[in-house]
Amino acid sequence: MADHAPTETLALRVQFDTEAQQKDAATLGMWLFLVTEIMFFGGMFAVYTIYRSWYPDVFAIASSSLNQIIGALNTGVLLLSSFTMVMAVRAGQLGQRKAIVIFLILTLLFGGIFLGVKAYEWNQKFEEHHIPGQAAFHLDGVLPGDQGHAQLFFSIYFAMTGLHALHMVIGVGILLILIVQARKGRFSASYYTPVDVAGLYWHFVDIIWIFLFPLLYLIDRHLVK
Amino acid sequence: MITAAAQEREHYLNASYGLKSWLLTKDHKRIGLLYLATITLFFFIGGAFATLIRVELLTPQGDLVSSETYNKLFTMHGVMMIFFFLIPSIPAVLGNFFLPMMIGARDLAFPKLNLLSWYLLVVGGLFSLYAMLAGGVDTGWTFYTPYSTTYSNGYVVATALGIFIAGFSSILTGLNFIVTIHRMRAPGMTWFRMPLFVWAHYATSLIQVLGTPVLAVTIVLLFLERVLHLGIFDPARGGDPVLFQHLFWFYSHPAVYIMVLPSMGVVSEIISTFSRKAIFGYRIVAFSSVAIAVLGFLVWGHHLFVSGQSLYAGMVFSFLSYFVAIPSAIKVFNWTATLYKGSISFQTPMLYALGFIGLFTIGGLTGLFVAALGIDIHVTDTYFVVAHFHYIMVGGALMGYLGGMHFWWPKMTGRMYPEGWAKLSALVIFLGFNLTFFPQFILGYLGMPRRYHAYPEEFQVLNVLSTAGASVLAVGYMIPMIYFIWSLRYGKVAPANPWGATGLEWKTSSPPPVHNFEETPVVTHGAYDYASLMAEEVEVG
Amino acid sequence: MSQIVMSHPPEQTHIDSVGTYVKILLALLVATAVTTAVSRVDLGAFSTVVALGIACVKMLLVALFFMHLRHSTKLTRLVVLGGLLWLAILLLLTLTDFATRGILGVPGK
Repeated sequence: MADHAPTETLALRVQFDTEAQQKDAATLGMWLFLVTEIMFFGGMFAVYTIYRSWYPDVFAIASSSLNQIIGALNTGVLLLSSFTMVMAVRAGQLGQRKAIVIFLILTLLFGGIFLGVKAYEWNQKFEEHHIPGQAAFHLDGVLPGDQGHAQLFFSIYFAMTGLHALHMVIGVGILLILIVQARKGRFSASYYTPVDVAGLYWHFVDIIWIFLFPLLYLIDRHLVK
Repeated sequence: MITAAAQEREHYLNASYGLKSWLLTKDHKRIGLLYLATITLFFFIGGAFATLIRVELLTPQGDLVSSETYNKLFTMHGVMMIFFFLIPSIPAVLGNFFLPMMIGARDLAFPKLNLLSWYLLVVGGLFSLYAMLAGGVDTGWTFYTPYSTTYSNGYVVATALGIFIAGFSSILTGLNFIVTIHRMRAPGMTWFRMPLFVWAHYATSLIQVLGTPVLAVTIVLLFLERVLHLGIFDPARGGDPVLFQHLFWFYSHPAVYIMVLPSMGVVSEIISTFSRKAIFGYRIVAFSSVAIAVLGFLVWGHHLFVSGQSLYAGMVFSFLSYFVAIPSAIKVFNWTATLYKGSISFQTPMLYALGFIGLFTIGGLTGLFVAALGIDIHVTDTYFVVAHFHYIMVGGALMGYLGGMHFWWPKMTGRMYPEGWAKLSALVIFLGFNLTFFPQFILGYLGMPRRYHAYPEEFQVLNVLSTAGASVLAVGYMIPMIYFIWSLRYGKVAPANPWGATGLEWKTSSPPPVHNFEETPVVTHGAYDYASLMAEEVEVG
Repeated sequence: MSQIVMSHPPEQTHIDSVGTYVKILLALLVATAVTTAVSRVDLGAFSTVVALGIACVKMLLVALFFMHLRHSTKLTRLVVLGGLLWLAILLLLTLTDFATRGILGVPGK
């Protein structure tokens, strides 16, 4: 077999034999990373599962203190951002440089809206004295002996939505870098891998939210009128 | 330093000079050496803590250090040795260096990510080291709540942060290896032609990718509870401290297989080479590596037998724990069968490999003891357990590491180490190790608890023996440090294949060229094909 | 020389239409509305099953279409399945403890 190419290009680094090999390796690498993220968030889902099974009524009451409509709308915003992200990838596949930039910017915009709404929601929790660990914590409708259990719900709420938001922020950072690179014409139909794998990451963070929304916002709403 | 002939030839060590060429390298071989320096430093720091522990335990009274200081000593010994030495050791040094070469690749799939992995280990190690110097942490390397979240006054967060960062080093290395093995094998290098060292690292990488993230999230939760007072494990708020233990051990049990599987891979290579025979039952050994990785994830509850975990769960985990011993035993049988009627030579790597087989077997068998619910009630949190895991981690994993270092030293450096001194230090290590840790089985069975710096008078003799053994062991570790460094300048120049081993890494020069092979190899035979090797030698010679 | 086995798959790029993506987005938005509305209905223990079921459907839509799992290699799909399997192991084996405390009637266990 022939020697490796003496010069490197973006699409064909020196350790690879073909561009297809490199692209496939990058995709596989990102999927493996997402598996680590499944296990990472998984630990928190385990905590949630156990404490919800132990304190179902308190969790239902605590869940109802979250604004369901805002949560649903925010979910919609995030789903929209996933749509614009896959459109950016599609533009990459077709080599449509301007479209890549536009769709990345739209994704960034929707992501930003999501984070803004999240910040508003967190502020609401602060005003309602639903921050765990604080002396002023109090959840209405729950007996004094169960206030600790309510704190568990909100601990999980902040830990999980906080971790999710952190991943969104990192995603926003990645999008910014990609937008700058896309505007400089770095991507084309033969090399758009960074957009592709960033898209995988973004969609994964969306999937985490797809589960967080019902698990946190929609617990047995019928119990609480 | 290098002979005239070698000096003319360009290889990965002399292709470029200067600090930047090392600190910004993308060459997996140089990164392997960067790791070597780093983990050696961490090993000696961990060893220093061990020394202080063993000196304290010379006398039954807690007279050398206060109990709080003693708690810090064993904590930091564990943290350093596990997270900053054993977990990286073989994969980061020998795996990085040889995995691409063994499958005929020019580098790993993601060289820059590989360099990042090294930096993450260094930064993580520095964080934990800072914590140790600033005042230390006393929770035990296991960080159980609520002590770690609420009551400890030590540098819990800094240490845990260091471990968190190092965890990413481990994850990225595993990710890199998996992609490389799947997608970068040379033409003709099918899965079942790969050396067993590669299979072992594949299995290890699966664990790193699937397990380490759970440790990461556990540390995050620990941080949130300790610093932001969120309630996750807080019993006062209805939380369960045992939940921490479940999440912690979900990673930390498979972690022990991260530490031992690569060593088993090294042993396979050495046993084969120094018996001049293919490993008996190649496929079974390969599948056993993967089986160990998978089964290792199903047994973590055996660390929680006395924690308050439900008895039902205890029975489930005890039952599953027996299964994980099976693939390990299969490997031991297969190595033994390989030796049978082999053409055996007792060079230093072989001494370490044989030592591994014996000591790992003892460690593994005592694992069956502690997997039994009834026995574990008696010996848990005693020195029996301490001896059990040191037999595997030191008698097993570390000896495999040293065997591998000796085996591949000529390839990495182009120099032979001095065989006489190497054999001597292997013997010293073996004797010192057994003197240190065998008495601990007895101590534990007699009831001496672990993590105590004071003990009843009647345990003193065994403790003194153990400390004596530790001094011998320390000497044993110092000698290779000296002669390895000595060999860089004065060692005999090594040929391409000093051991007559099979494997693609031996077909290239010692030290190898920058891109490993002058031409991408095309593989036409299996991993331990001595017949072909001898036919080639006849052709060439 | 006998057939040399290559370790990397050949090139393949399927480009989905805009219409496909729009349809998936609409399905996702409808599912979100449905799950929100259904949560107000008393389904007893079944509520959680329905909520998780809808979430799983949404996850599959995003994974198969937006993340192109439909067109991915077998290895990629195996990796994803592996990840989900491992999550299941974490949840289920941990529950062997938390769901069985006190069941055997042994004091303290």
